[in-house]
Order: sequence, then C-alpha cells, then structure tokens
Amino acid sequence: MKSSRASATRNGVVLAWQIAVGAIAIAAWQTLVTLGLLDAFFVSRPSDIAKRLSTWVVSGSLWGHLATTLEESLLGLTVGAALGISLGFGFARSPMVARVFDPYIKMLNAVPRVVLAPLFLLWFGLGIWSKVALAVTLVFFVMFFNTYQGVRDADKVLIDNVRMLGASERQLVRHVLIPSALTWIFSSLQTSLGFAMVGAVVGEYLGATRGLGYVIAQAEGTFDTTGVFAGMTVLGVVVVIVSAGVSRLERWLLRWKA
Amino acid sequence: MTALELESVSRQFVTPDGGSYRALDSVSLAIPAGAFVAIVGPSGCGKSTLLNIAAGLVPPSSGSVRVDGEALSGLNRRATYMFQQDALLPWKNVRENVALGLVLAGVASADANARANEWLARVGLSAFAAHYPSQLSGGMRKRVTMAQNWILDRGMLLMDEPFSALDVHTRQRMETELLTLWEAPDGYHGPERAALLRGTKIVARPFQGRDRQERKTVVFVTHDLEEAIALADEVVVLSAGPASHVVARHPVALDRPRDLFELRTSAAFIDLYRSLWAVLRDEVIKSQRNA
Repeated sequence: MKSSRASATRNGVVLAWQIAVGAIAIAAWQTLVTLGLLDAFFVSRPSDIAKRLSTWVVSGSLWGHLATTLEESLLGLTVGAALGISLGFGFARSPMVARVFDPYIKMLNAVPRVVLAPLFLLWFGLGIWSKVALAVTLVFFVMFFNTYQGVRDADKVLIDNVRMLGASERQLVRHVLIPSALTWIFSSLQTSLGFAMVGAVVGEYLGATRGLGYVIAQAEGTFDTTGVFAGMTVLGVVVVIVSAGVSRLERWLLRWKA
Repeated sequence: MTALELESVSRQFVTPDGGSYRALDSVSLAIPAGAFVAIVGPSGCGKSTLLNIAAGLVPPSSGSVRVDGEALSGLNRRATYMFQQDALLPWKNVRENVALGLVLAGVASADANARANEWLARVGLSAFAAHYPSQLSGGMRKRVTMAQNWILDRGMLLMDEPFSALDVHTRQRMETELLTLWEAPDGYHGPERAALLRGTKIVARPFQGRDRQERKTVVFVTHDLEEAIALADEVVVLSAGPASHVVARHPVALDRPRDLFELRTSAAFIDLYRSLWAVLRDEVIKSQRNA
C-alpha cells in the first residue's frame, strides 16, 4: 500500500496547480480587456463579474434563483432515476418486452431535448414542472441503460452460487441483481446529475420566471455580458461542489470495490 | 447408502453454428454417502457439466439423477457448490458472505452472524470479518467460500476445480484445510489448529473412528491427477470429449488422516499415480489430437 502521506502531498500539488491555472486564466482575461485587446462589451471583465456576483449575494437575489434550479434538477434526477431504474430492471428481466420496445427506446433517445422544451412548456406551463420534465428525459435514459446493462451483466457464477445457497427468485433479485445494477447506477450518478442540471437550465432559458437559466436569458436579452458570465460562474461553481459531494457518496457506496 | 446416482446421463448442447455437441454420453455413476470422489479428465471432457447436472443447474438431456435415493428435479437442495471462479458477493463483507446461506434460509441475523463468527474462527479469518472480498488474498477468499458452504451443513459438497487458480503452495494449504474440515467435522482446536495455521505440517488429531456417515459426500472435479489421488477415496477418469464417458474407477487406499506435505513422495502414492496416469494419459493425448 502506498503511504498516505505521499498521496496527500500529491493531492496538495494538484490543488495548487488547479488554483494557479484558474488564477492565470482570470489574470490574462482581465489584462487583455484592460489593454483593449478584447472588448469588454463582448466578453465583460473578471472584476465586473466579481462585482456583479457580490451584488447578487449581498442583495440575496441569487439564492431564490439558485434554489429553483437545484429544486428542478433534484426532482428531475429523482423522477428520472425512479423511472429509468424500474423500467431498466423490468426490461432486463423480460427479454421479450425488451426486444419489442428496443427500436422505440432508441428513437426516443435520439430526439434532441431542446426540441421537446417548447412542448413541455405547453403541457406543463412556465413553472418548475416543464423544467423537471426536460431533466427527466435526459436522466431517464442514462439510468435506464445503466440499470439494464447492470442487471444483464450480473455475474452468472454469483447467480448460480446464491441459488445453490438456497436463494428464491426474490432473494436473488435482492442480493445479486439489484446490487449488481447499483454499481452501474452509482457510477453514472455524476453524468445523471450533470444532465439533470442541463435539463433544468435549458428549460429555464427557453421560458421561465425564475432560476439561473432565466437569469442568463434575461441578461442576454439586454446584451449584459457581465450578467451572462456571472450566471455561468454560479452554475460552474455549483456543479463542482455538487459533484465533489457525489464523488464522496459514490466512494462510500462502492467502498467494497478494490 | 448411495448419496448420488447418475444413470445413463447424457447431455447435448447447441453450438453457436446451430449444430449439436454431445458433452456427456451415457454416464452412470454411483457415489456412496460420505465418500470423497474425485473426477478427473482432460480439459473439455465435460467434468463441469457432470457437476452442474448433479447440482441441478443443468438438466440432463437424457438419463436420470437421484440424490439420496430421490429423483432430482430443479436444484439439488442437499448440496452446496464450490465454483472454480470466485463466487463471493463483492458487495458483502466476509461475515455477511459466510452468513448468506443462513440469511437466505430465514435465520435471524444475530444468530446467523454468531454462527458465521464461529466459522470464521475455524478457517482462521476472524480478524477479517469486516473486510470485503476484494481486500483478501486468493487463498483467504477460498477459505471464506469453504465456510460459506460448510455453514449450511448440507450432506454433499460439489467442487469444480476450486483451487486451480491458486499458486502451488497456497493450493496445498487449501487442500489440507479441506481435508481437515472433511475428516474432522468438529474441527481441530488449540495447538493443533495453531500448527495447522502455521502451515508447517498437518497435525491431525488421532482419527477417532468417526462413522463415515457423518462425513459429507464430496464430488471433486479436477484436471490434476495428483490432487485427485491426494484428496479422494476414489478417482473416476472421464474420457476425452466429445461424448465423454467413464473409462475407469480406481479406489485410493491411502490411510487417513493424510499428510499432504509428505504423501506425494510416498511409494503407495507414486504407484497409484503411475497406474492411473496410464489410463488418463491416453485420454489427454486424444483430447489434444481433437483440439
């Protein structure tokens, strides 16, 4: 086993470089705009973006929008996961159904989601549910395919062994098939969460009254590039924080892996 | 009493190109209760198929299987099965894996865990109860698997080359542990256990005339003749595939308990090896010509 001190040092070095890369990029951006090589009208400038962010934080206007986006993403993730996992499981357990529906699943998955957004606005209104629906269409397929694969890929020897040890069909599902599928599902949690946020933000962007996507769309409507970049920054930071959390969760859930 | 009886068992498989492959051809075999029988044969001779049929995992194409005198339908509930590959559930820790069979049978978890702990002590893995299989060595995983099988205390143990993936020394140690469990169902304790774990020499308690009926019936499939003779009461040789059948049955009249560290160089062992190899050699040559 490698010494944990060596790996801690390595992590420190990586973090230092990560901060350095960000700082250099921001400094270069600020300098290029200040020197007039880039036009602030098109690309804003980091100092302005920072000012805008602090205004949002101080006035508190940011939190409502952020909460809306997170709520939509989380609902989209939950509903999409529930549908994807149960359908994936059902399909894997009944090959006939899987074969019948296979072309339809592929067709639906090929539909660009942006095309669906106006339909969902029509069906579910300007509130959060049209965004949730959009997130669901993205999350569903990731979860569906991973569950399907996970159940189908369950090790034949594990299944035979558990059956020899006396498992009923129900116990087989509980002790082998579900855990086997869960490893696939957990490994796709990062992707799913990212998709859920994309769904929510795109939905807000195309028609909403709140949310980060709405903030960005409003800013674009008035050529307020500072507002657009500030909104993007918030999104980026949120994704990094949430995915760090998901990584920890994933490591804990899959702690039995070597 | 006959624990396992195969009567004219044949098995065909459909090949990928739509043809049919006859793995076993009219195999008849009766294994008495409490016997340790090894089945050897060249690779691809249908040894595993034979075991899967005895386990009820694969139905025979024709012929009949009887377990303890009753016709087998579905899975063989009087046997456990040790597979060649690792079959521990990777997401359950060592204790949960050992207790699994009891939990499946509806034993309360406190009771199941207590019994699993006893078994872990017997295979010398108490300190690893909370580890996951991926954190163990190959030999340790085999010991967990033995405990997982033995805890159910079924009368028959089917083993499909269980130690073939281990290195030679670990393998010999596992064979010793297996014989120890099988020969002395109550286990070795104290200094004997300690000596066993040091792996210096098997210190077997004097064999107390234990009735053969109390021992499990073991059907042990291997391609290694040496292992077969060292462990078994009887060696059954299968012919090269396709259409494998029994070509020879040979009793192994070596005293028990056996000291596996010395046995392989004894004159009696070498004589047995020579006469059985004379039979097996021809089948191995045939199988290589077919391949």
